[in-house]
Amino acid sequence: MKQKFNIITSTCVPLPLENVDTDQIIPARFLKATTREEKFFGDNLFRDWRYNPDGSLNKDFVLNNPIYGGQILVAGKNFGSGSSREHAAWAIAGYGFRVVVSSFFADIHKNNELNNFVLPVVVSEEFLKELFDSIHADPKMEVEVNLPEQTITNKATGKSEHFEINAYKKHCLMNGLDDIDFLLTNKDKIEAWEKVSR
Amino acid sequence: MANTLFDKIWDAHVVQKVEDGPTQLYIDRLYCHEVTSPQAFAGLRARGVKVFRPDRVYCMPDHNTPTHDQDKPIEDPVSKAQVDALAKNAKEFGLAHFGMMDKRNGIIHVVGPERGLTLPGMTIVCGDSHTSTHGAMGAVAFGIGTSEVEMVLASQCILQSRPKTMRITIDGELGKGVTAKDMALYMMSKMTTSGATGYFVEYAGSAVRGLSMEGRLTLCNLSIEMGARGGMVAPDEVTFEYIKGREHAPKGADWDKAVAYWKTLKSDDTAVFDKEVRFDAADIQPMITYGTNPGMGMGITEYIPSDDQSVSFKKSLEYMDFHSGESLLGKKIDYVFLGACTNGRIEDFRAFTSLVKGRKKADHVTAWLVPGSWMVDAQIREEGLDKILEEAGFAIRQPGCSACLAMNDDKIPAGKYSVSTSNRNFEGRQGPGARTLLASPLVAAAAAVTGVITDPRELM
Repeated sequence: MKQKFNIITSTCVPLPLENVDTDQIIPARFLKATTREEKFFGDNLFRDWRYNPDGSLNKDFVLNNPIYGGQILVAGKNFGSGSSREHAAWAIAGYGFRVVVSSFFADIHKNNELNNFVLPVVVSEEFLKELFDSIHADPKMEVEVNLPEQTITNKATGKSEHFEINAYKKHCLMNGLDDIDFLLTNKDKIEAWEKVSR
Repeated sequence: MANTLFDKIWDAHVVQKVEDGPTQLYIDRLYCHEVTSPQAFAGLRARGVKVFRPDRVYCMPDHNTPTHDQDKPIEDPVSKAQVDALAKNAKEFGLAHFGMMDKRNGIIHVVGPERGLTLPGMTIVCGDSHTSTHGAMGAVAFGIGTSEVEMVLASQCILQSRPKTMRITIDGELGKGVTAKDMALYMMSKMTTSGATGYFVEYAGSAVRGLSMEGRLTLCNLSIEMGARGGMVAPDEVTFEYIKGREHAPKGADWDKAVAYWKTLKSDDTAVFDKEVRFDAADIQPMITYGTNPGMGMGITEYIPSDDQSVSFKKSLEYMDFHSGESLLGKKIDYVFLGACTNGRIEDFRAFTSLVKGRKKADHVTAWLVPGSWMVDAQIREEGLDKILEEAGFAIRQPGCSACLAMNDDKIPAGKYSVSTSNRNFEGRQGPGARTLLASPLVAAAAAVTGVITDPRELM
């Protein structure tokens, strides 16, 4: 879970669809688990797109295409809209993705990714389009995501973009720390605040 | 300095601002349901941590609960295990728990307001995106992930970046047959499902002020479907009247003190929002969705757009088996679902009943009428709506989230059309392969008695 994040260079899996909602990332019937088994959620990532209704593999879906693979998922704009289910982030992490690239993320899902040490990288529409083109032209092309420098580089074109992340969260990701670790260390502050404000 | 309603409540809950990072926000109320909480409790156990402020946390199962025979054990063992886990966790950590068959049980977003647990000025979170519902009472309420649920259990605080503010003003009078649900579906159709992402929305204007509390709850419920973190309405006499006398509402001198404070909870006249949007209530007609996200909606007499050539749009229409340029009026439907945290309140049952009264359910339509809580169920019976519905061929089921997301047995079969008062029409949302058309209780009622998509105004 708490994997330290630094620089990732990998091939990509392209999903050029917009408004991919968390019901597609992990359908509701897989939310009944009471534990956080990443393999279970990873196995059911995009379940209803990966499998046909009869349970056979949907060969047309990108995750079933052996040409594509890697630790970086590249998706169309408004990725992760809808439900707050963190199971969606567990499924993405459980499948083995460390980075999701899109031109726009839904708020709650973006936080859920960060809280599971998956890095959401917001790029411009132009960069995203070119990235899809590069992957299409050469599925073996790589992308470098450099968290310390906050840059993403399309190695096929050499084009690079800066991405935003707040300094606190960057520190957490690079050092394998989570928000609960932080909150547990300042309980005295919370109690002091309660005395004055509650 | 002039502040917005959102600023006032947010600022009153800041414990500290983390340097170059998020804000540590104090949370007044945490609601937990069975689906998004078990891993959070497991996390506490693994860290050896107790719940920091157990009196601020309320738990109840709603997603998995069957809508029949709730007095018997749940048949699906996996659903049962999840519901049992919540009861066990609540007991172990000393938290209030409204279990199945408890008269206080129901959908968490229906129960909070109706029990007086949700109050103006509060910060409220729950591992559920429709937590935005509670904003209708003048609270800052938003959905969170399970890691964040664990944060709040452990510290009664959450780390969040401050969202931007948006005011959506809807002035004018709503036409015949137009409800809060139609207002929301209309806004989504104009703003898309990402139009308010990054923002916290305040709804204002005479059309919003004119809504009942139930209508405001419906409106705020759907804020997340435009991508907003939350939506809110400044509390007023409608709000105070709704809260007064409810179980957990302040009483006596506390009530007067509370109302005096709540009256200050409104945006200052000169407050500046990061974005302002305006709509005219007169432009809104009864709405229906034709696609696979809630932004793909249109007036019921309109035609499916033919100017969108994107892969996503085509995929969506293919899933629904609809075509660009066609009207949905007269299309045969198979299921009708009245309920969910969106439209499972008493006013929704009144609206549905008013339209089916003296008519009969179409033979080929399966209708699921699911009250949002036992309290709503009791009110339905008290008002005699159950009798009218029965005469028209409808039965009332037991409360829960039900077919909104089909985690219990209430699944729409693959390929079938469902006119649903819920909040999402995503692929497979109501069951694998199910085709959902989102609409108001009135549009759902019109479809239920005619068996086809019908403009409810023709039956009014």
